[in-house]
Amino acid sequence: MSKVNLSLPAVQIREIRINSITGFQGGAAELVSCARRGIKDNPRSFTQCVGCASSKAACMTILVQDGAVISHGPVGCSSCYHEFAFTYRVNSPLRGVETPTQRKIYSTNLTERDTVYGGNGKLANAIREVYERARPKAIFVLTTCAAGIIGDDVESVCDEAEAELGIPVAAIFCEGFRSSVWTTGFDAGYHGIARKLIKPPRKRRDDLINVINFWGSDVFKDWFAPFGAKPNYITPYSTVESLARSSEAAATVQACSTLGSYLGAVLEQEFGVPELPTAPPYGVAQTDRWFRALGKLLGKEAAAEQVIAEKKAEYLPKIAAVRERIRAIKPDGELTAYVTGGAAHGHALLSVLGELEIKAAGAAIFHHDPLFDNGEPDSDQLAQRVKDYGDVPNFNVCNKQEFELVNVLNRLRPDLLLARHGGMTLWGAKLGIPSLLIGDEHYAMGYEGLVKYGERILETLENDEFVKNLERHAVNPYTDWWLRQKPNTFLTRKENRACAAV
Amino acid sequence: MRGGVIEQERYTCAIGAMQSVVAIPRTVPILHSGPGCGDMIGGFFERATGYAGGSTAPCTNFSEKEVVFGGIDRLREIVENTFKVLDTDLQVILTGCTSGIVGDDADSLAEEFRDEGRPVVAVETAGFKSSNFEAHSAVVNAIIDQYVDLYAEENGRRSEKNTVNLFASLPYQDPFWKGNLSEYKRLLEGLGLKVHILFGPLSDGVKEWRRIPRANCNILVSPWYGLPIAEHLEAKYGQAFTWFPHIPIGANQTEKFLSQVIGFVLAQGAEIDRAKAEAFVRRESAAYYEEIDNLATFLLEFRYGLPNHVHILHDAGYVVGLSKFLLHEAGIVPKEQFVTDNTPEKFQEQIQAELSSASGKREIPIVFEPDAGLAQEAIRKLAHSGRGLIIGSGWDKALAREKDYDFLSAALPSPYRLVLAANYAGFSGGLRVIEDIYHNVLATYR
Repeated sequence: MSKVNLSLPAVQIREIRINSITGFQGGAAELVSCARRGIKDNPRSFTQCVGCASSKAACMTILVQDGAVISHGPVGCSSCYHEFAFTYRVNSPLRGVETPTQRKIYSTNLTERDTVYGGNGKLANAIREVYERARPKAIFVLTTCAAGIIGDDVESVCDEAEAELGIPVAAIFCEGFRSSVWTTGFDAGYHGIARKLIKPPRKRRDDLINVINFWGSDVFKDWFAPFGAKPNYITPYSTVESLARSSEAAATVQACSTLGSYLGAVLEQEFGVPELPTAPPYGVAQTDRWFRALGKLLGKEAAAEQVIAEKKAEYLPKIAAVRERIRAIKPDGELTAYVTGGAAHGHALLSVLGELEIKAAGAAIFHHDPLFDNGEPDSDQLAQRVKDYGDVPNFNVCNKQEFELVNVLNRLRPDLLLARHGGMTLWGAKLGIPSLLIGDEHYAMGYEGLVKYGERILETLENDEFVKNLERHAVNPYTDWWLRQKPNTFLTRKENRACAAV
Repeated sequence: MRGGVIEQERYTCAIGAMQSVVAIPRTVPILHSGPGCGDMIGGFFERATGYAGGSTAPCTNFSEKEVVFGGIDRLREIVENTFKVLDTDLQVILTGCTSGIVGDDADSLAEEFRDEGRPVVAVETAGFKSSNFEAHSAVVNAIIDQYVDLYAEENGRRSEKNTVNLFASLPYQDPFWKGNLSEYKRLLEGLGLKVHILFGPLSDGVKEWRRIPRANCNILVSPWYGLPIAEHLEAKYGQAFTWFPHIPIGANQTEKFLSQVIGFVLAQGAEIDRAKAEAFVRRESAAYYEEIDNLATFLLEFRYGLPNHVHILHDAGYVVGLSKFLLHEAGIVPKEQFVTDNTPEKFQEQIQAELSSASGKREIPIVFEPDAGLAQEAIRKLAHSGRGLIIGSGWDKALAREKDYDFLSAALPSPYRLVLAANYAGFSGGLRVIEDIYHNVLATYR
C-alpha cells in the first residue's frame, strides 16, 4: 500500500512509513532476510550526537539554483548551512553551472519572546523580506524543533505567502525530534517540493531521465547518451522549472536508494514516471542488471546490451588488473576492509569491496530501510551485495554512534577503512588504519568506477605513513573499560535478533 | 539583541557555547537537546571536535517521546553511561530548545550527581535564549558556581598575588583563539605574572579551573562578551578586573594593553618588577619594529598595486583591533566597518567611541549588523578609489570577487581557511595579519 500522500502537509516519518531502524548488530544476510518479515528496532541506552533531518532537507533545497531557504527557528538551526553554499560553488563545474550564485540562506532567528507569543508573524515577515531581497523563484521554509513544539502554523503562513507573492512557498516539516532516522529530512524536503513545485506532466519525454542524487560528478550523461536520453539531476543544481518538469521524464533512477526512496515513489505514483526497479550500479553484476533494467524500461534492450558489451570489453581487463595489484599487497593473507557510511551508499561500497575481492570485515551503516518506498526487493542494495558477493559479518546499524565504531575497529583492526561521512575516518587513522573518504558518490559507479575506486584504495594502502605516525600520537577519550566491552553493550536487546517475527 | 531575519549567519545559538566546554582539556559536553544540535554546531565551526566534542559528544537526541513526557530520565541514563564510556574530568550538560520548552530540570539532575561526588555541571543554553557569544559567559559562570566553587576552600581566594585569570578569545568562535590565548599567556608571563588561560592545550584543564579563586585579579580582553564572567568573579571572589576593549593587534595596542595590565596588577598588590616587565615589553617591541622596517620598504616601493582601504565584517573586538592596526601599522585605511556579532545595544556606543579614538583625522563609520546579508548589500553599493580589501568570513569571498577586492578570511564560518594555532593578538599577531594580507595580495600576481 502506498504511503505517499501529498494532501498532508508533513511526510510520514521513515520508521513508521517504511519500518526503518537505527539499531542492529549481526550479519548482513540476517538483516536482509528479515526485511520481508518485519523488522524490530533496537534502541541504545547511551547515545552521541547524530544528524538532523533539517540539514538533510536543507541540502536538497539550498542547492536548487534559483530558490531561497528560510530556517524557521533559532539562529543555531541553520548554522551548518554555509557548508552547502561551499559545496554549491565548488561542485558547480561538475554540473555546468558556470557562475554559481550566492546561496540565499536565512534564519527567522526565533528568540525567547517568540517561543511565548509564537513565530507566525515573524515567519510571514521573513518570507516577504526574503522575496524582496533575493527575488527567488521559490522559497523553502524549513521547520525546527522550537518552531514545531511551540506549534507555529507554518503551513498556513506559507500558503498565504504563496498566494500573496505568486511563487511557490513550500513548508517543509523536518524538525529533528520528529524522527530518529534523520534521512526523513530528505523525504520531508521532497514532500514539500512535490506538493508545491512539481507540476502535472504535459507530455512524456523519452529523452529525459530523472537522477535523484547529491552533487557528484556527471557520469550519467555519457551513460544515457546511447539511449537517446540525458539526465535531469534533482534536486541539487536543478532549477524551479526543471523540478516542475521532472514529472515529464521517461524514468527516474537513484544514485543512492535511501536518498531518493520517497521522491522516486512520488514521481511514479503521483506523476506516472516509472522508477528503475533495481539498485544503483555498483559492482559488475549490478551494473549489468542496471543497464538491462534501463534498456527494458526505455524499450531499448539492444542499446543496453551494446553498452554492456562495449564497456565490459574495455573495463573488465582493467578491473582484473587492479584486483591483481590489490591481491599482491597481502599475498599470504586476505586483505580486509571495514565500511562506514549511510545506508545504500555504504552497501554500495561493500559491493565494490566484493568486486575487488577485498574481504569485508564488517560495516557500520547509519540506518537501515528494509524496503524502500517503491516496495521493490530488487532495489535493496544490501540484498544485492549479499547475493553477489556473500554475507558481511559484524554488520552494525549504528546510527552514526562513534563509540561503537571505535570499539569494533579496535577489535577487528582491518587493513582499510572506507567511509562516506565526515567525522568517521579520523578513528580509522587514529588506530593506524589507512582510511579513505570519497565525497563523490558517483565515483565508484559502473564498470569504470571500479577501476577508479580501486586505484584510490591502492593509493590509500600505499601511503600509510601518515596514519601510522598519527596512531603513535593519537589521543583517545574512550575508557579501557569500554574498549573491552562487547560493542552491543548499550543496545537494549543483546540477542541481535532483528526480525520482529522471531 | 536584534531579533529580525538573519542572512549568512556569522555566529550561532546558545548551544554553540558547547565549544567553550570542548576547549577545556578532558572535559565533555553532554547535549540534552534534539538530534542534530551537535551536528549543526560542528558544521558551523568545522574541525572543532577537540577531545570529546563533535561526534564524540553524548546527546540525548530528543524524540517525540521526550518532547511529550520529558527527557530527564533519558538524560540521567546518558550521564551515567558517559562516566563508563568516556575518560573525562568533568561533564557539562548543555540544554537545547526542546529541553527548554518542555521544562526539564537539568540543574537538579546535575546536583544529584554532584551529591554523589561526581563532577557534573548543567547550564541552560536553549538556542532561542541567546547567541553563543552570550552563552559562553553562562557556561563559564556555571562551571565556576557548580564545579570551581566546590574546591574554593583549598584554593584560598586571592591567595596568589602574581596570578591572574584571563578572559579573552571565545574558543572556536574566534578562529585564532588557541594562538591568541597562548600569546597572551606568553606576554603576561613575560611581565612576571602567572596566568590561567583556562582553555586550550596550554591550559592545565580542570586543575587550572579549580585554582581560579587563587588569582589576585582578572583581565578581560573583549568588546562586550565575557563581561558577565569578570563581574561574577568580582562579586564571588572579590577579584577586581581590568578591561581592555578589543583584541590588541600589533605594537601600539599590545604596548597599551600590557602597560594597562602592569599598572593594574601593581595597584592590586602584585609583586612584579615594573622595570623588568617594561624591559620585556621594549624587547618584544624592538623585534616587532625590525620587521616593520622590512614591511615599510615593501609598502613604499612595491610598484604593482596594493590595497589602500578595507572593509571588515567581524565581531566588535576584531573590527576595532584590526581597524586601528591596519590604519597605523600597515597604512590601509579602514572605511565602513561591519560588526556582525549582534552586539547588545548598550555596548554599541562605547565600541563606536573606541573605534573613533583610532584617528583624530577621520571618522570610521561602523555599522552593527548581525544580518550579514544586509552588511554585504551595503558594501556592494559602496565605492572608494583604489584597491580594496575585505576581511571577513567565507561568505564574503564571493563579495570580494564581485567587487574585485582582495580578500582575507579571518572570521567564522569559513571553509576557505584552515587555522590551527596561529595568533592575531600581540606583536607577533600583527606581523601575522600583515603576512596573511600580503600573501593573498601577492598571490594574485602571475
